[in-house]
Amino acid sequence: MEAILAELVAKYNYWIYVVLMMIGFYAMIGKRNLVKKLLGMNIFQTAIILFFISTGVKRGGAIPILDKHEVLLHGINPATIDNPLPHVLMLTAIVVSVSVTGVALAILIRIYRRYGTLEEDEILEKIGK
Amino acid sequence: MIKQNLHMFVMAAPLLCAFAVNLLGRLSRAWVAPLVLGALGFSTYGAIFVLQEVLTNGSFRYVVGNWTAPYGIELVLDPLSAMMLLLVSTVAFLASISALKSVSQELPGREHFFFTLFLILIAGLNGLVMTADAFNLYVLLEITSITTYGLIGMGSGRAPLSSFNYIIMGSIGACFYLLGVGYLYILTGSLNMADISTILGGLQGGNVATATAFAFLMVGLWVKMAFFPLHGWLPNAYSHAPSGAGVMIAPLMTKVTVYLMIRVMFSIFSPEFEFVRHAGVQNLIVWVSAIAIICASLLAFSQRDLKRMLTYIIVAEVGYMVGGVWLANTTGLSGAILHIVNDALMTLCLFLAASAIAYRTGGLSFEHLRGLYRKMPVTMAAFTIGAFAMIGVPPTCGFFSKWYLILGGAEAGHWEFVAALVLSSLVNAILFFRIIEIAFYPTEESHGHGHHEQEKVKVQEAPLMLLNPLVITAVLLIVVGLSSGTIVNDVIRVVLPDLF
Repeated sequence: MEAILAELVAKYNYWIYVVLMMIGFYAMIGKRNLVKKLLGMNIFQTAIILFFISTGVKRGGAIPILDKHEVLLHGINPATIDNPLPHVLMLTAIVVSVSVTGVALAILIRIYRRYGTLEEDEILEKIGK
Repeated sequence: MIKQNLHMFVMAAPLLCAFAVNLLGRLSRAWVAPLVLGALGFSTYGAIFVLQEVLTNGSFRYVVGNWTAPYGIELVLDPLSAMMLLLVSTVAFLASISALKSVSQELPGREHFFFTLFLILIAGLNGLVMTADAFNLYVLLEITSITTYGLIGMGSGRAPLSSFNYIIMGSIGACFYLLGVGYLYILTGSLNMADISTILGGLQGGNVATATAFAFLMVGLWVKMAFFPLHGWLPNAYSHAPSGAGVMIAPLMTKVTVYLMIRVMFSIFSPEFEFVRHAGVQNLIVWVSAIAIICASLLAFSQRDLKRMLTYIIVAEVGYMVGGVWLANTTGLSGAILHIVNDALMTLCLFLAASAIAYRTGGLSFEHLRGLYRKMPVTMAAFTIGAFAMIGVPPTCGFFSKWYLILGGAEAGHWEFVAALVLSSLVNAILFFRIIEIAFYPTEESHGHGHHEQEKVKVQEAPLMLLNPLVITAVLLIVVGLSSGTIVNDVIRVVLPDLF
């Protein structure tokens, strides 16, 4: 028990991302309402974004804004500064996720206009008729 | 200067014209056709020169915006990616001619929206085949996917619902791919494929993490390419899409993703990693592809609509290519790469024919096909060539890649894969001969009225804008088939030493 707890605490960021990801995955696969599916997709994407961000953090790391002259004179110790690259990558991933959500919402509006509902079962029933 | 950057122009032309189409198209719809054809014609023409340049002067790497290699985005142009560039541009050009006509019938007044997305999709695909950066690949993959969602969602009837399901599945695939990139980044601190590959080679430990990253990347790409158990979204999405979108998406999206799988497998990881260290996985995947081919062929058999049948054949063809790559020998891999080219052209031919038929008859269920040989002789002749290529009849290109795949399967001792290929060819033969038979005999009514009525069946060929690309593609099927030897020796074999 102690060992498991220690493991959980030491890598809590990864556990949070796994749990979030599973919640999102469940909503995408298990829910029958299309908006809930979309929300699940957003949770799923957010989990991955948090995972990336947490990999850049270092214990006691400072923000990566440096004085150019200072760095040129003395160099830097990378262990004291957080890695900014995952954050930059995630900016792009956030843009992608926003675009996908936008397209999905637009398509949901078209589905709602056509079938008058966003419940998958009811839509399939209407198509079956 | 121009020569060095030509591939960038090939990619940029559709991208820039996409915005021009949107803006000028609002003023007058007459702008759409010349802009689209101009951009894609330029791309195709440029891609020919890029391929020629790469074949004569050897492959090269290109740093975008002078940000040096491991930090900036790098593009790689070897014979394989140059060939894919040409394939994407050619298919896009031919598809766009037909799309211009069918879109004006199906989505009147919305041509400029349609072609904005269409051109961005092509720019994305052009970028995908060149990129040598794992994260850049993710971004371009999403650019192509998002535009595809939009194009499919523009269709009528059930199209928006199919598009939404595709969004959910496609996002799962993209997220898995991104997770895989994340694991690789934690392991190596790099996103450049060649750089990751060097660092992974000298890595002590971290075997489980590398395997996890690889599994995430593969599953992500398999969802995107509709590899059999993950194919659920494809038949609905592709058959409900507007015909103009179908002729572009169906030939290219899955094929480019197969190419990406090859890139990831051999540029980031090594054949030793996949085929020696994880030999069990390799065997398993060849088995899964054999099952995929058989199941998808049988599913195709139960369809009563031409386009839906074709979508299931695409799923089976994905099984051919994945299996061919994972056979772990040169013959199988050559066959798989050759099949990427051939399958793109065959699918293009069949979808162009379907689009032309739908334009005249208004539907594609088998009842609509009756008596088509008399009504649309040229379309049906081209369709027959496409069907023969799909079955694998010798002078057409489908035969040659299938032959390589079968040889590769035999060489690797994977007889289940060989059996699946042969069975699938037989099923394809039955499928297409069933259609040819339906289309050859006249409609029921005129049959009842006797000989007199049959004489009256008028030739009602599809418009030239639908017919021309179809005929060109049908001719290309035979030309590519006859030059298979050149393609394998000059393009594919040149790349293989890097891979194996």
